[in-house]
Amino acid sequence: MKYLKVSIAKLVKIEGLPIILVYFVLMVVFIITATKVFTGYRIYMSFLQTVPPLLILALGLTFVITAGEMDLSFSAIIAFSGFIFCYIFRTFGTPWLAFILALSSGALVGLINGWMVAKVGIPSIMATLAAQFFWNGLTILLSGGLSWNIKEIRPYFIHTLFVGRIGGIVPAQSLWGVGVAVFLWFILNRHTFGEHILFIGDNVDVARVMGVNVTATKIKLFVFMGVISAFAGILLTLEMINFWTTQGAGLLLPTIAAVFIGGTSLAGGYGTVIGSFFGAYIVGSLEAGVVASGIGGYWTRLVTGLVMAASVSLNIILSREKGKGLRERIKESVFIKNL
Amino acid sequence: MLKKGQFKNAVKMNNIEKYFGHTAALKGVNFGVGANEVVGLIGDNGAGKSTLIKIITGVFPPTKGELYIRDKKVSLRDYNVKQAYKLGIETVYQDKSLGEKQDLWRNFFIGRQITNRFGFIKVREEKEIAQKIMFDIIGFRGAGITAESKANKLSGGERQGIAIGRAMYFDAELIILDEPTSALSLKEVHKVLNFVRKIKDSGRACIYISHILSDVYEISDKFIILDRGKVVATIKKSEVTLKKLSEFMLKYAHAK
Repeated sequence: MKYLKVSIAKLVKIEGLPIILVYFVLMVVFIITATKVFTGYRIYMSFLQTVPPLLILALGLTFVITAGEMDLSFSAIIAFSGFIFCYIFRTFGTPWLAFILALSSGALVGLINGWMVAKVGIPSIMATLAAQFFWNGLTILLSGGLSWNIKEIRPYFIHTLFVGRIGGIVPAQSLWGVGVAVFLWFILNRHTFGEHILFIGDNVDVARVMGVNVTATKIKLFVFMGVISAFAGILLTLEMINFWTTQGAGLLLPTIAAVFIGGTSLAGGYGTVIGSFFGAYIVGSLEAGVVASGIGGYWTRLVTGLVMAASVSLNIILSREKGKGLRERIKESVFIKNL
Repeated sequence: MLKKGQFKNAVKMNNIEKYFGHTAALKGVNFGVGANEVVGLIGDNGAGKSTLIKIITGVFPPTKGELYIRDKKVSLRDYNVKQAYKLGIETVYQDKSLGEKQDLWRNFFIGRQITNRFGFIKVREEKEIAQKIMFDIIGFRGAGITAESKANKLSGGERQGIAIGRAMYFDAELIILDEPTSALSLKEVHKVLNFVRKIKDSGRACIYISHILSDVYEISDKFIILDRGKVVATIKKSEVTLKKLSEFMLKYAHAK
């Protein structure tokens, strides 16, 4: 029994383990309920094609929530940066200029968000909600409310690089998703920027008195989220070879759900990149899975709600168990010898 | 281990004023802490103790006035927490010392991480040093806690131990303790007071803030009494008994 407890405690320490389990359980369920679909490779390729924008957004949002903040404007950034990308490409025919300016447009939105939050002191949920309306509105104004097709971009290298099919099968954006995830894991867990985010989310006063420049870090955080959102927007636009004014709207709640399913704490101070990775794939595969299982598309949201409730509960229960065991061990064995 | 500073005062404040909006937190504060002096900073809640400390540690600048660290005038515009670290000022805050959900090794180095030139933290190095501080300087024993434990797994005394160990490791010239004993048991308070004596013996300076006058009296060389943003008295220990000091303080408490 004791060994079992110790090994459970060790396992729980692996980042994102509960959510990885949930993911595989879900996949097994789908393999059982929709055997035909889920034993073929096509459904997985379709996930690898559709999930990456959601995944990349969730990874960025993980940082924001870890810092104890919220960003609701990223869905508007997706539309805005997508529009900038299409506009520059169609006007000048230079995809890389379009790419850079689209990323910059995301950075600009983020900078204004960060300024409102860190300098003016508006709570981030309000500031970014206002930003969502504003930038979405501006996008609609600028685009005339139309969707823009950019099928001329297909032969360009940028299309192959970001959304091509490797070996004719694997969508390139899935590798970009993995790459961004690995990179951001290191930023959150091994870089001073990530550590400052962790401390700001944990206790902003501690962060301040210990020498973290809270204002600058928060502004950087929102700029970072803006750039990440713009990148997701570019991937989406490239994949669809189309821009439309509401292209980010459907991603807002699923992204937030993915982060929470992953186990990142709403209270701030703790965030898991691995959790958000699997959270995004769970959210992204639910719809297809539920539909393929034959119980009907109407069930998708209901099942998403259940999975989210189950994952969040699982995370809380497991971390509570861990705390109990440790606390007792500490009481027995530790004291201060001499100061 | 005796260390001789090449300066007269660890900190000196000239006519420091601090306004938050229109509210004055500090009004014309003058005071100094000698290079090897323990100063007890006392005053009721809202007297301005924390504001004063935060100016010294670079958390925010004063509105007006001059600040000298190690006899050198500090440029108020450039002064910040990192500068204060470089000038050997370490602070142990009452409850703001540790990030609760963070690993202890992160708590040791937050604000001055050991990094490569791209800003990535050298985790192994930080962990090793943290472990060393915990065992050699603070004296943590037993299996339960390592440098990878989270701060919220520690008791109040252990937390303060970590904060004090951190201050010792970074070899401060001036250590500021802001209500370090408020959450501690008697035995742990005793350890903290011993630590202050060690600071004095090793030739360093200390500012000790506490509501518990008997503690302050026991270890301080000099008392500075703040009341509503002003220094109302600077008294040497030789000039006053504990009883007189308490009576004096009560007078200010009643004056409100």
